[in-house]
Amino acid sequence: MTDVIIAGIGQTAVNEHWDVSLRELGLFALEAAVRDAGGLKPQALFVGNMLAPNLSRQAHLGALLADFAGLTGIEAVTVEAAGASGGAALRQGYLAVKSGLVDAALVVGVEKFTDVVGSEVEAALSTASDSDFEAMQGMTPTAQAALLMRRYTHEYNVPADGFAGFALTAHANGAGNKNAMFQKAIKPDTYTRASMVSDPVNMFDAAPLADGAAAVLLTRPDLLPPGFPHPLVRIAGSATASDTLALHDRKDMLFFEAAYLSTGKAVKQAGITLDQVDFFEYHDAFSIYAALSLESSGFSIRGHGWKLAADNRITRDGSLPCATMGGLKARGYPGGATGVYQAVEAATQLRGQAGANQLANIRYGMIQSLGGPASTAVTHILEKVS
Amino acid sequence: MEIARHWRLKQQRYGLVGEVCPHCDVKIFPPRDVCPECGGEAKTLYTFSGKGEVYSYTTIYEAPAGYDETAPYTVALVKLEEGPLVTAQLTDVDEESVQIGMPVEMVTRKLRQDGDERGMLVYGYKFRKST
Ligand SMILES: [Zn+2]
Repeated sequence: MTDVIIAGIGQTAVNEHWDVSLRELGLFALEAAVRDAGGLKPQALFVGNMLAPNLSRQAHLGALLADFAGLTGIEAVTVEAAGASGGAALRQGYLAVKSGLVDAALVVGVEKFTDVVGSEVEAALSTASDSDFEAMQGMTPTAQAALLMRRYTHEYNVPADGFAGFALTAHANGAGNKNAMFQKAIKPDTYTRASMVSDPVNMFDAAPLADGAAAVLLTRPDLLPPGFPHPLVRIAGSATASDTLALHDRKDMLFFEAAYLSTGKAVKQAGITLDQVDFFEYHDAFSIYAALSLESSGFSIRGHGWKLAADNRITRDGSLPCATMGGLKARGYPGGATGVYQAVEAATQLRGQAGANQLANIRYGMIQSLGGPASTAVTHILEKVS
Repeated sequence: MEIARHWRLKQQRYGLVGEVCPHCDVKIFPPRDVCPECGGEAKTLYTFSGKGEVYSYTTIYEAPAGYDETAPYTVALVKLEEGPLVTAQLTDVDEESVQIGMPVEMVTRKLRQDGDERGMLVYGYKFRKST
């Protein structure tokens, strides 16, 4: 079967774009990706989005964006898997091209949070959990993360500032990303003094929700336009897995089974071992999710994920650089667009276009998109083609 | 309108009615009809005692619409004495005093004010400290 190449990438800055609509955000990223790919024409559009029906009263984003972009007529659908919608859309685009049935697939992740504010946003977010048995109790995604972090801290005796390394690394990396929401490094005592959002999750343990859109254009190597200007990046592994929707239904909630399963499959498909992964774009919607992703994916033994951050092993010069363009924490968390941002950022690194944040001597990057507390996990391995 | 949905869930909300697997005797809450242990069909109703202990907890300050009036409130994962975990608010409790392992028991309280449904109130289980 054919290789799948990331031929074009595009993104908006992640921010509160009060003056820009959902469709305009999507169009900006989509056009940037098509331009970056040398004008390659897509036959299919996969839109990753989490909450537009709730936040903007707009469903049917496939037709909306294809229409708005002047692509009417092509195959176009929305893919939804909560916070993993972007990763899930990327996988659909990958499958379409990999199968040979689609020559070029455009994957756009888009999220528009700022059409509503306050408790309406929390209510929309909680629809991704178990509506009858979690949301009905007034639960929120932040509270789910807090329940996990409290239990983790209890079982593994993590000190009060044990998770600080995740926020420090993310913000240090955000400083070199012009599309990041926060572009300033923070000091350790900024973390320790931060107010609680949902104890023990503090302000720096939770990624800021914001608007954004990112896009990638996927195709086969033989269809690249002549004189294609970028180093080639291919998708070497792609996998997704699911876990129970509700936390209370898990036998062992301090292990992200779906992250474990999808990582195993993606790495195997890429024909590599985990230690060949040069950097990892994890889904740090909350610090505890970063720790559990590191452990469940196999980068750390259980109970030690936080130590990778505390021991400076996930910084850009560490043994496993993570969140290299700021992660969800500093780049910002644009809901269902996030997984596509991860693909754009990893491709940027592998092309050698990451500017001040460029990693040296890299070949494989892993990206992982989570829906809720890893009720869905989508993992991709990207490889620089030599 | 979600009246039918609230009515459908009333046994769970008011009585903590779950299921017991006729094949392996595992107790199931919330009901899921397929046993998570043995994969067999499990539709036999089982009423839980409502007693358990706190497995984890946190406080919500920024509440979803419908819950703003009661914020801040404490939510917990409660480990029921029959085995399953349940997500629930804690009530009649000072959050400073909550600890992992604290014994709790079920009570019925107002859960939410349904803004979209002309002020419809939804009642259901919460847990309070037991002695
Ligand atoms: Zn059974």
